Parts: sequence; C-alpha cells; structure tokens
Amino acid sequence: MDPAIFLIQVLNGVQYGLLLFLVASGLTLIFGIMGIINLAHGSFYMLGAYLAFSLTRFIPNFWLSIVVGIALAFAVGIILEWLVMRLLYHRDHLYQVLLTYGLILIFEELRSLVWGDDVHGVPVPAALAFSIPLTDTLSYQVYRLAMSAICLAIAFGMYWLIQRTRLGMMIRAGSVNRDMVQSLGINIGLVYRLVFALGLALAALAGMLAAPVSSVYPGMGNQVLIISFVVVVIGGIGSVKGALVAALAIGLADTFGKVLAPQIAGMVVYLLMAAVLLWRPQGIFGRA
Amino acid sequence: MLSRRCFIQGALLAASPLGAPFVIAQPARLKVGLMLPYTGTFAALGNAITNAFKLYVAEQGGKLAGRELEYVVLDDESDPAKAVDNAGRLVNRDKVDVLIGTVHSGVQMGMVKVARESGVLSIIPNAGADAATGPLCATNIFRTSFSNWQTIHALGKVMVEKGHKSAAWISWKYAAGEEMFKGFKEGYEKAGGRIVKELWLPFPNVEFQALITEIAAARPDATACFFAGGGAVKFVKDYDAAGLKAKIPLYGNGFLTDGTLQAQGASAQGIYTTLHYADSLDIPKDKEFRLNYAKTYKLQPDVYAVQGYDAAQLLDLGLKAVKGDIKAAKAMTAAMEGVTIDSPRGKWKVSRAHNPIQDSYLRQVVGEQNKYIAVAWKALEDPARGCKLTA
Repeated sequence: MDPAIFLIQVLNGVQYGLLLFLVASGLTLIFGIMGIINLAHGSFYMLGAYLAFSLTRFIPNFWLSIVVGIALAFAVGIILEWLVMRLLYHRDHLYQVLLTYGLILIFEELRSLVWGDDVHGVPVPAALAFSIPLTDTLSYQVYRLAMSAICLAIAFGMYWLIQRTRLGMMIRAGSVNRDMVQSLGINIGLVYRLVFALGLALAALAGMLAAPVSSVYPGMGNQVLIISFVVVVIGGIGSVKGALVAALAIGLADTFGKVLAPQIAGMVVYLLMAAVLLWRPQGIFGRA
Repeated sequence: MLSRRCFIQGALLAASPLGAPFVIAQPARLKVGLMLPYTGTFAALGNAITNAFKLYVAEQGGKLAGRELEYVVLDDESDPAKAVDNAGRLVNRDKVDVLIGTVHSGVQMGMVKVARESGVLSIIPNAGADAATGPLCATNIFRTSFSNWQTIHALGKVMVEKGHKSAAWISWKYAAGEEMFKGFKEGYEKAGGRIVKELWLPFPNVEFQALITEIAAARPDATACFFAGGGAVKFVKDYDAAGLKAKIPLYGNGFLTDGTLQAQGASAQGIYTTLHYADSLDIPKDKEFRLNYAKTYKLQPDVYAVQGYDAAQLLDLGLKAVKGDIKAAKAMTAAMEGVTIDSPRGKWKVSRAHNPIQDSYLRQVVGEQNKYIAVAWKALEDPARGCKLTA
C-alpha cells in the first residue's frame, strides 16, 4: 500500500473510531455505573439524528440546533429514567433486556408516526462544507475533521467530569456500592437520573453529529447498537478510557479489515473482540 | 367478518332449491392475497404497490373480468424467517385464488417455495431475485417488476460509450449485490470494459470511507455501484464529499437515486443510472397513470407503484382470457405468457420465463427528478439461466 493512502486509511479509522466512542461512551456509563443493559441505546442515536433533521429546518444555525437537541435529549433521559428505568435497578438483567428491547420497538413506531419511513438528509453546516485535497484524486471533508475534534473534546470532558469533580466522585462511588453511598447522605437516585440522561444525550449527540455525513433513516440505531456493545466489552465495562481505546482499535480494525481482507470484513471486529476477551476477560481497562 | 358471513348466507341460499329462484347467480368473489411489507424499511414500497393495484381495479369499475375482489392483506414485515408460514397461511387457511407479493427477495424465496408446492397463481410486484424467473421459475409464477440482472445489464454499454474503459465496482456483499455485479460485469466486459477493482462491504454496513479511499487509489475511469435506501444516500454523499464525483464519475442502477433525491441533495446531481422507469417519460399512459394516482392518493407514484399497477393488469388480462374462471389455471397462464402489458413504463411483453421483456432507460439526476435521457437497451430480456420453461 502506498504510504500516503496508508496514512489516509489510518485517518479514516481514527475518525470512525472517535464517532464510535461517542456512541459507546453513553452506553458504558449506563451499563458500567448503573448496571443496566440498555438495548435501546441505538434508538437514542436514531432519536438524535431525527432531531437534527427536524431542528436544522427550524433553526438555521446548525450548532444552535445541536445545543437545543442535546437539551431535548437530556430532558427525554430524565423523563425516561423516572418513568421506567428506576424500576429496574434491583431487578435481574433479564428484565432490563426485556424492557429496553420494548423501548426499541416503541421508539421505532414513534419515529414512524412522527417522521415517517422516508430517508432524509441533513445539510453539512455551511462553514465546514468544503474539502481539503489530500491526493490529486481524493479530498477530505472538513466537517469530518471537526466531528473528530468534538469527539476528542468530549472524551477529555468526560474524563475530567468523572475523575476530577465531586459529581464524578459520587458517580464512581455509586457504581461500587449504591446502598453505602445512599446511607452517606447522597441522593443516589438523582445521581443515577443524571447519569442516565447524560448517557442518552451523548448517544443523541453522536446521532446529530453523524446526521450530515450519514443519512437519517429507519432502523439506523440498530446498526450502531451491536458495535457499541463490542466497544464497551472490549474496553472494559464502565471504563470511559477503555471505551476510547477500544473504539479507536475497532475503527482501525474495521477500516483495514475492509481494505486488506474484504472476504472476512464483517468478522474482523468480532475476531478482535474474541482475542481481547481471551487475553483479558474483563476487557482492557475493566476491573477484574 | 361481515362480508364473509354475507357471502356464506348467499352461498347457502344459492345452494338451496327454494332460495335459488330469488338469487341472481353471482360468481364468488376472487380472493386476492396481498403479502407485502406494511411496516419497517420497505413499508412505503408495500403501500405504493397496494395503492396502484387497487387503482387499476378501481379504473375497471371495481371488478376484474366481471368478478368482484376480496383482499386478504398480510404484512410480511420483510422477514424471511416468517415467509413460508405467512404465504402458507394465505394459501391454505385463507384459500386465496392469487398471491401478490413481495418486495424483499429473501421473503420472495419463501413465497416461491409455497407457490411451487401449492400451484397457486403468484405475481411478484418487486423482488428481483434472479432465481424466481431462473432456476425456480414455474408455470404459475409471474413477475411484473425486474430481475436484478436486468436493472444493471445495460449500464456497462452506456459507460463504455461514454469512454469509461475501466471501472471499480462497489456494493454490499449479499445475494442482491452479487446478482447485480454479475449483471453489470457481463454487460460491461462484453462492451469492452475492464473491472479493475471489486470492493464489497458487509450488508448493511455504511462505513464507506475506507473503500472510497481505495477507489481513489485505484484511479479507474468510473465507478459502478449498487446501493439502495439509506445506504445509497450516504454513499452518494460520501463519494461527493471525498471529491471523487468530478474525477471518477459514479454510475449505478436506478435504486441509487430513486426515492432518495431529496436526502441526497446536490451530491446526486448529474448521476446517470439505468432502470425500467424514469421521470418525464413521453408516454401518454404514464401521464394518465401519474395524474390518476396523484389524484387518488395525494402522492406521486414511483417505479414500485408502476409494478403494482402492472400486477393488476396482468391478472386482469389472464382472467379475461378465461372469462373470470381462475380455476382454469392452464388456459389462464397460457394466456398470460407472451401477453403485452400497456404499462406506464412503456409496453412490455411477458417472457417465456414469466419476467418482463422491457426497455432499460438511461436516466440522469436533474433537480429532484430521475430524468429520462434515452433508451439504454431496447426490449432487454433476462437470460433466465436454469429456467426449464424456456427450453
């Protein structure tokens, strides 16, 4: 492979990995800290994409509509936690799987009622709608680079939130022993509610950011759901750092798998997962 | 339920010697099983086919060959796992006289199995699996849409005529993608083109960036592809954003730009595709059909609606030949073979394998239209390899 093309493929892999991280980070929060297996996470991603589609039509500024979208998604998260999620904390995983699977069906039907079954597109924000030439035939869209920068910024923001703030301390403590934290006088119910809403908002943000380069279509969440679980499992459940490393590894593995081994491209990511789990069953950064 | 009870009462009356003089002899209603997707990704296609089918029936005064219709509607959910059960239910429990469906090729394979085993007349209004009018063809199975091969075979000739001697191919690796590739490759190589790069990604993965980079590195004269729906929107946009569209023109069959133009926006402008239908065709039948459809449903018809309309037409022509007696299966299917359908897409003939022999149009994206440019291949017939009916 030509070195220039090799570098571009690395860039493709990193860029895909960063977007995956954004979706998976919300999942790892909800899964790792609250202990909820949330199959509806892909639906949150889809919700974000459809919100971007609707909001950008009413609000001319793309970034402003993203901010509004995040606020809406956060509100949906608060309501959903209050309505159903809080009933699950002491239940078996099987109940969680059942309920969140039901949520997938509900979200799909709602999507069909509100937005219909057509495929939609979201325009790339005008300021970033140009490409920089990399070789004489290939250019790279600036929006994709901006997207990666945002994902990186969020990765650092989350690291700071969880490791360096008081709320982060409560979140970490709550994930270890919920009852003990509660008896220390911390409103753990509220902490969980915020974590869930944050996780949902992160998935929706990923959907909103991806909408201009992707498209907005029924069932789009199901595609990212499985790969997000793979990221979480490889990285170690509940570890944000692990999710970042795993997402980058998967982005690169998927990219080079498609190029170098097209016959088994669909399997490469899962082979990687199997290899990591044989080596470290708890994931790269997981607690044993 | 009500209609069935009335029907039973009517039948009892007619059967009893006393009641007979008071009842006007009326043939039983024709039971039409519509097995199509009404939920999920293909819901819009299922609805378009159903709408147009009913539109044709309404245009005939609500009857085909003098017989009233009773619809038994079933949502196949585009789920191949349920296909055999669903089709079997329509045939064995509901005892439909004719089975219309479907969109998804995987589901179609299940329906074809049931149709072959039960012998019930079956008309396919979309699914393009080559096998349905190839190795699995049967006297009672007809298709009013296309074979996958047929949608893209003419593209190679068009590309060579435009001076593209080498091409890259990209699609999803699944049954339809592979059939499209065979159809394209055959036409392109026969016209003197050379495929320099074959790129595949697992269905329905939409991370195209790595493969688009490979196309840029391979530097073919042009790219040919098969994508549809959400994947088609993303691919066309990604291809444009990577700056390739101007340097390595993109071609495909019509599914690349059908029903997706609003979402694809400027990225799709100018793309050439081939298909058996197009916008702004200069065909009176098409203008009339579009007007009636838009008036009835407040929606613009698409290629799927045309295929549904023709399914009703083909059924009608067959029924007329046997004066509405669908039990005269042999005479009816014989009449349907070789019949000419006056379709909105232009007149087409039923081939010996029961697939349309139809013109393949070259279209170009202009605004939000797939504008008719020329006939890319006159009366294109699927080779129907492995079909015993053509022997």
